[in-house]
Amino acid sequence: MNVNRLTAIDDKPGRPRGLKLASIAIAIVGAIAAARSASANTSNGINLPRGVTVLSRDIYSLHMLVFWICVGIAVVVFGTMIVAMVKFRHSQGAIPDTTMVHSTKVEIVWTIIPVVILIVMAVPAALSILKIEDTRNSDLSIRVTGYQWKWQYQYMDAAAGINYFSTLSASSNFARQLHSGIDPRTVPHYLLSVDHPLVIPSGVKVRLLLTSADVIHAWWVPDFGMKRDAIPGFINEMWIKVLPGKEGVYRGQCAALCGRDHGFMPIVVDVKTPADFKKWVEDQKAALKQAQAAPAAPAAAASAPPRTAATLPLTAKL
Amino acid sequence: MAHAIDIAHDDQPATGIKRWLFATNHKDIGTMYLVFSLIMFFVGGTMAMIIRAELFEPGLQFVDPGFFNEMTTMHALVMIFGAVMPAFVGLANWMIPLQLGAPDMALPRMNNFSFWILPFAFTLLLSTLFVPGGAPAGGWTMYPPLSLQFGDSFPMMIFAIHLMGISSIMGAINVIVTILNMRAPGMPLLKMPLFCWSWLITAYLLIAVMPVLAGVVTMLLTDHFFKTSFFNAAGGGDPLMFEHIFWFFGHPEVYIMILPAFGVISEIIPTFSRKPLFGATSMIYAIASIAFLSFIVWGHHMFADGMPLAAQMFFMMSTMLIAVPTGVKVFNWTATMWRGSLSFEPPMLFAIGFLFMFTIGGFSGVMLALVPADYQYNQSYFVVAHFHYVLVPGAVFAIMGAVYYWLPKWTGNMYSMTLAKTHFWLSTIFVNVLFFPQHFLGLAGMPRRIPDYAVQFTDWNMVSSIGAFGFGLSQILFAIAIIQCVRGGQKATAKVWGGATPTGLEWTIPSPAPYHSFTTAPEIH
Repeated sequence: MNVNRLTAIDDKPGRPRGLKLASIAIAIVGAIAAARSASANTSNGINLPRGVTVLSRDIYSLHMLVFWICVGIAVVVFGTMIVAMVKFRHSQGAIPDTTMVHSTKVEIVWTIIPVVILIVMAVPAALSILKIEDTRNSDLSIRVTGYQWKWQYQYMDAAAGINYFSTLSASSNFARQLHSGIDPRTVPHYLLSVDHPLVIPSGVKVRLLLTSADVIHAWWVPDFGMKRDAIPGFINEMWIKVLPGKEGVYRGQCAALCGRDHGFMPIVVDVKTPADFKKWVEDQKAALKQAQAAPAAPAAAASAPPRTAATLPLTAKL
Repeated sequence: MAHAIDIAHDDQPATGIKRWLFATNHKDIGTMYLVFSLIMFFVGGTMAMIIRAELFEPGLQFVDPGFFNEMTTMHALVMIFGAVMPAFVGLANWMIPLQLGAPDMALPRMNNFSFWILPFAFTLLLSTLFVPGGAPAGGWTMYPPLSLQFGDSFPMMIFAIHLMGISSIMGAINVIVTILNMRAPGMPLLKMPLFCWSWLITAYLLIAVMPVLAGVVTMLLTDHFFKTSFFNAAGGGDPLMFEHIFWFFGHPEVYIMILPAFGVISEIIPTFSRKPLFGATSMIYAIASIAFLSFIVWGHHMFADGMPLAAQMFFMMSTMLIAVPTGVKVFNWTATMWRGSLSFEPPMLFAIGFLFMFTIGGFSGVMLALVPADYQYNQSYFVVAHFHYVLVPGAVFAIMGAVYYWLPKWTGNMYSMTLAKTHFWLSTIFVNVLFFPQHFLGLAGMPRRIPDYAVQFTDWNMVSSIGAFGFGLSQILFAIAIIQCVRGGQKATAKVWGGATPTGLEWTIPSPAPYHSFTTAPEIH
């Protein structure tokens, strides 16, 4: 399965000869990157993913802006502390200046400067919230319901009628049992693979309507930049617009403690081009029709309506 | 009353168990609080070791996922209510009367009661590990509807929380009454030591929010047993309302655990900088503003829960504002060190460690305040890293610094400086190995409160677990240093840190502090 990745290490060749240490370092980084090629998202393992949606890119830039501001402040503040510790040592015979106890001027300055810095951070953040909260004019809505411990996806609009559950894949489920004896490293996408992924089109605004049938869950795919709680009795909204060209499989997990198997209800999203998505919808609908027409199936299917779609021939296991 | 023979008025303490059971002496009660807190620190720490052992590698090796959730829940409850809060109350008991020049706390019998509730509360809480269905496993935040699924442990946990709340409220009343009424003549409030100031404000926070916690857990209880539907959507209730009420308690609670730490640091840094605290008055105002702001920021725990746009904006701005008074404090401590004459005894080492690492926790706090970024950070290991930086090298380091600062005053003996410094360096190295990689894990997408994880998170989890084991083992040195010091050692002088310049009334009485001190009020010039 092709996963879009932004972190490929592509500068391995062409290093100046003789720089043994550098090449070893690069080899190590390369090895780590290779190990990470099994990774589920576009994060490099130590930072937020830039992600693949309009919002995730905004959030990433905000994150990096604030991060560098914090680094700047840290250099100044920690630098001052370190200088003080080096310069004003009792063991070096430093004489304390006991008259230095108060300065209104200085205190006003170091109250105002943080306020200004905070405003610099708050403005882009506020603009970004306005964008995030604007769920109007979506092209496709999908209702996402959390259960202990699986997700249900019910499509609306043009894809209305498609409705299925998404649970941890069997291979991960075997391996994750206590004393299973199976090495998780041998399981493809351990704990981040499901039987039936959510399928969405790229390039259009997809609105998720989140709720829960039992306890509070949270739907989080880091590459989409967002998480939102699924709360019983409430419907929360969030929207995703995957940038065209970023089709692929993206993975996430339930992010709100929801009981014993909270760690085992992953989210997998298969982002298709609008054309492929259209075809997928047609296939699903055709299969749905066939299943309803088939005389043997209805008895079982009708008694448990939301589960009917689980028997559909969905896309291959991801 | 003629028949009342008050033990507290005897010259010498009662002997045996009676001394402790019927203790009304602030020093005895302070000691009991501190010992209790140390025991709970190791109990909660053991739970943390189980958590980190399970997280060392992907796959489940040691515990069932349900038990893992019990461990994360109990670790938090034990550390917050059993280790950090009682430690600060213990320090308050010992030091507030000594710093004010008062003979004892104002309400000694209530003081006894507020301590002795705690062992029972924690026996009850810890016994839930052995009841059918196991201990509470829904996180210390107890969000319904999940928390309503607990078994027999549920009412036990709630009763234990009620007991802890009663204990905290009584402790807080005692602190306020003592400070407002028993200061030595000639000590106006604004000239009071910073540790007392931080505790005065903390005590008001406790009185304001502990009843809110008691109320909200009682509502959970009636939802569970008496068919009310406060938080049950199917009955017309509102699961989000729990979160609002809980965090209205929960955010001030965070400051209850850090404000006394600010007080401790404000005592230690001037002493070992041989220079008065810079901007002492603005320090007091900063603590007061942080306390006020703590009441209007609770929504930042709930950004991803779905909140009106205006509320998100408000809570973002109010939360960011906290950085201003907190910044003032950090700058003032730095200015206190500037042009001072610094020496690095163990208390100072812990204070400086606090300064650096608490500030790191502050940075991630500002990052978390930004709503859009919070959508990524919250419920991830980034949050775990953030609050552990604030609470472990923050609150816990301040407590350790305070113990190393005042231990010679309490016992009359110096402890082993080498041992204490080793303890500091090992703790500092391992605490960073433990918590810094958790920032990476959270940013890379690892949710918190999971017993098992996808394989790309393996490396940093291993590093973090190694840090955890190292940090845990290093704390044994702390216990050894304290026990050695209690049993003997080089005699401490009245001023203890004679070479440095400790100020405050506690240094005018001999070491160890006599069983009854300041029976006549000291004169203040």
